[in-house]
Parts: sequence; C-alpha cells; structure tokens
Amino acid sequence: MGLVTPDFGLLFWMILSFSIVLFLLKKFAWKPILSALKEREDFIEQALQSAEKAKEEMSKLQASNEKIIKEARNERDRLLVEAREVKATIINDAKEQATVEGNKMIEAAKRAIENEKASALNEIKNSIANLSIEIAEKILKENLSSSVNQQKVMDTYLNEVKLN
Amino acid sequence: MKIMQQTNKRLLTSILAALFVIFLGNFTYAQEATEHAEQAHEKEPFNPGTYIIEHIGDSYEWHIFTYHDHHVSLPLPVILYSEHTGFHFFMSSKFEHGHKKYNRFHIDHRAGATKGKILETLSDGTTLERPWDVSITKNTLSLLLSLIFLLWLFISIANAYKRNKDKAPKGMQSLLEPLILFIRDDIAKASIAHHAEKYIPYLLSIFFFIFFNNLFGLIPIIPGGANLTGNIAVTMVLAIFTFIITSVNANKSYWKHLIDAPGVPWWLKFPLPLMPLVEIMGIFIKPFVLMIRLFANITAGHIIALGFFSLIFIFGNLNMYAGYGISILSIAFTVFMTVLEFLVAFIQAYVFALLSALYFGMATEESH
Repeated sequence: MGLVTPDFGLLFWMILSFSIVLFLLKKFAWKPILSALKEREDFIEQALQSAEKAKEEMSKLQASNEKIIKEARNERDRLLVEAREVKATIINDAKEQATVEGNKMIEAAKRAIENEKASALNEIKNSIANLSIEIAEKILKENLSSSVNQQKVMDTYLNEVKLN
Repeated sequence: MKIMQQTNKRLLTSILAALFVIFLGNFTYAQEATEHAEQAHEKEPFNPGTYIIEHIGDSYEWHIFTYHDHHVSLPLPVILYSEHTGFHFFMSSKFEHGHKKYNRFHIDHRAGATKGKILETLSDGTTLERPWDVSITKNTLSLLLSLIFLLWLFISIANAYKRNKDKAPKGMQSLLEPLILFIRDDIAKASIAHHAEKYIPYLLSIFFFIFFNNLFGLIPIIPGGANLTGNIAVTMVLAIFTFIITSVNANKSYWKHLIDAPGVPWWLKFPLPLMPLVEIMGIFIKPFVLMIRLFANITAGHIIALGFFSLIFIFGNLNMYAGYGISILSIAFTVFMTVLEFLVAFIQAYVFALLSALYFGMATEESH
C-alpha cells in the first residue's frame, strides 16, 4: 500500500517547488523561447516572401528589359530606315538643286556670253567704223588734193543724200 | 605516448572515484561496519519483493552502494513537525540506515501502512501519531535537482535564443527545439482551438519535467535512480495542476454539457441523472487516470528491470554458477528493458502532455 499512498512530504515539496519552477520557467524560459521562435518564423516567412517578391520583380524587370531592348531595336531599325529615306531625299534634293543651280549658272553664263558677244560686236563695229573713217580720211586726203576729184565726191555724197 | 596519456587518464579517474567514495563515506558513521559485521553472519535469504519495493520507493537516505555489508549512502535532512515536541531537523545519518533510534524517532520496519516512515514513540514504547514529515527524502532531493536542472537548461536555452536572434539554433538549443516545436504545434495547437498559446508554457513544463525525470530514473547511480515520476505523490500533483487549469479555464458550455449533455435521450438525465453523474465523475476520473497511468507505467518499468536483476540473486542463492549463468540472460533482458524504457519515457511524457492539452481543448471548446 505504501506505493500507492501519496506521501505528505513529497506532496508538499512537489506542490511548492513545481509551482515556483512553473512560474520561473514560464517567465524566464518559455516566454523568451516561444517569442524568439515566433519572431524567427515571422522573419523567415518575411524573408521568403520578400525573396519571392524580388524574384517576381526580377522577372518583371527582365521582361521590361527585353521589351526595352526590343523597342530599342525597333527604334533603331526605324531610324535606319528613316535615315536611309532622308539620305535619299537629301541626295535627290541636292541633285535637283544642283541641277537648278547649274541651269541657272549656265543661263547666267549664256547671258553674260551674249552680252559680251554683243558688246564685243559693238566694239568691233565701232573700231571698224573708226578704221573706215580713218581709211576714208586718208583716201580722201589723197583723192581730194585735186578739185576734179573734190567735185566728184561732193556729187556722189549729194546724190546719196538725195537718195536718203 | 598515447598509452601514457591513457594510463594517466585512468589513474586520474580512479583517484577521483576514490576521493568521491571517501567523501561520501565520511557522511556515514564509522562504527557501522563493526556493528553490521555481527548481523552479517546470520544472512537473510534474498527477498526480491522487498528488494524491488525498496528500490522503487522513497527513502530518507540516498543509497549509493554496499560493500561487505558496509552501506555507503548520502544522508539527507529530516524535517519533522511533531504535535508534541515541535519542529525537528537532523540528518538521516542519525538513524544509521534505520538501525538506530534518534531522540524519540525511528524508522518503522513493521509491515504495514507506515513501513519505512518515521514514527515517534514515547519512552514507554507507545507510538504516537505520525509527525508531519516534510523531510528532504531521496525523491524530494531528486525532484529539486531535476527542477534546478530544468531551470538551468531552459534558461540557458532562452539566452541562446536571445543571443542567436533570427539565426539557426546551435547546440542544446537545436537538440531541444524540435521537441519544443512538437509540443507547440502538434500537442497544444492541434488540441486547443482557442488561445492555445496560453497553455503552451504549462504543457512544455510538464512534458520536459516528466521526460527528464523518466530518463533520470533510468540512470542506476546517483544523482539518477530515484523513481520520481513513478511516485504517486508526484504524478498526483501533476494531475491536480492539469485538473485545476482545466477547471479554471473551462467555459460555460463545458459546465452546461456536464449537466445537460447534448444528444442524450432525456430519460438518461431525468428523473435519475445518470449521464450528469457519469459526466461529473468524468471530470475527476480524467486527472485520476493521468496520475495512475504515469505512475503505473514508470513503476512497472522499474519493477521489470529490477525483477530481471533479482533473478541473478535468486539463482545465485541456489548455486553460484547458476547465478553467473543467468546473469548473462538477465543483463540482456535488462538492457532490452532499458531501451524500451527510453521509449516509454518519451511516450508517457507525450501522453501526459497530449491528454492535458486535450482536456484544456475540451474545456474551452465553443458550443456548436
């Protein structure tokens, strides 16, 4: 019977010491341990979540990077095409302008040549006239030395005047 | 070189062991050897029943070993309050292993309810009623040591948690963390639907108290070997704590269901309140069963292991060689039992914590 009869002394010590230890363990051991575990779990949870988020963002970033690259490529292609077009138009324009300009210059040159020619012709006419006059003068000086001749000339001119 | 070191180590251990023995031996009385020598001649026949009961029971001294009828034991303080003579405080070595009277007190050797307890007798031989006995017995010392151990262990682990904030656990911390998490998640949170956090500290405390004391009980030498969790007073206090926590936290529907259990035909409640009676008995039976289960399991394990050891001496009394022969078998069985007891140590701690959690859960369950 001794085995199944609770002993007073042990009951007393057990209730006393176990209550104290329950309190002390709760206050100084379980509370910090459980809160630390909880905190760590939250921390891990958070870390995992943020890693997931980072991953997502990364993939998003990658996608947007690709998009940007694609866009840039397209832009480049477009620019190249445009540049080519611009080049062609510039060349064409230049050509046209050059033609127009050239034509203008040729025109101007032609006109200048015409003018020069005209003035040159005038000059030649004048010089021929002067020469003729000089020659005529000389011939006259020689021919008009005699009165017969003088008469003759005078007649001729007079006739001419009449004709006019 | 290595051999030298080993011999040095061995020498050191044996010196330490010798010092230990001398130190402890000093506690006990020197004369006892001569006194016991007289008794030794009339050798009592080995009684396995007494041997086993003495080992699983409580004691005023902590027996370490016996060498040539010389008992070496750690004397423990005896604290008594007698209604006639007031307080008494002395070491149990005054009793000389129960052979001597001290003052008006002696340890009862007669078979009966007071066997092994301290009784007070007058000089004419009349026995007075038992004094209030709050001695630090073997189990009490073991209890205090184990509580100090638990405090030290878990406070140092708590400090490790503070130091290693948000980092992986290390050492002792990582050894016990799975158990702590197991109790938190699979016992407390699985069984208690509302405010499970409130009960976790208690569940952790009883689990580790029972688990470590079960294990200490398996260590055959001091400071282990006390059959603490196989002591009915200890399991009773644990069960009472569970009962009090259950009752204090129980909600209205729990109490209502005791009287008026739902889904039960009316004639079981009126005019003869059979179901309420059963339910009300149930609230006491639950902790009572907790108390008995732990006590019986641990005590039974100790009894079986000691029974196998007793076989050696029973056969040894018949014939020395039979004793040696059976010892091989006995030790094999005892090793097996000890391994089994490791399992039982865990299972019983688990069952106690789990059932406590289930009772808390039932008491705080919302009515449907």
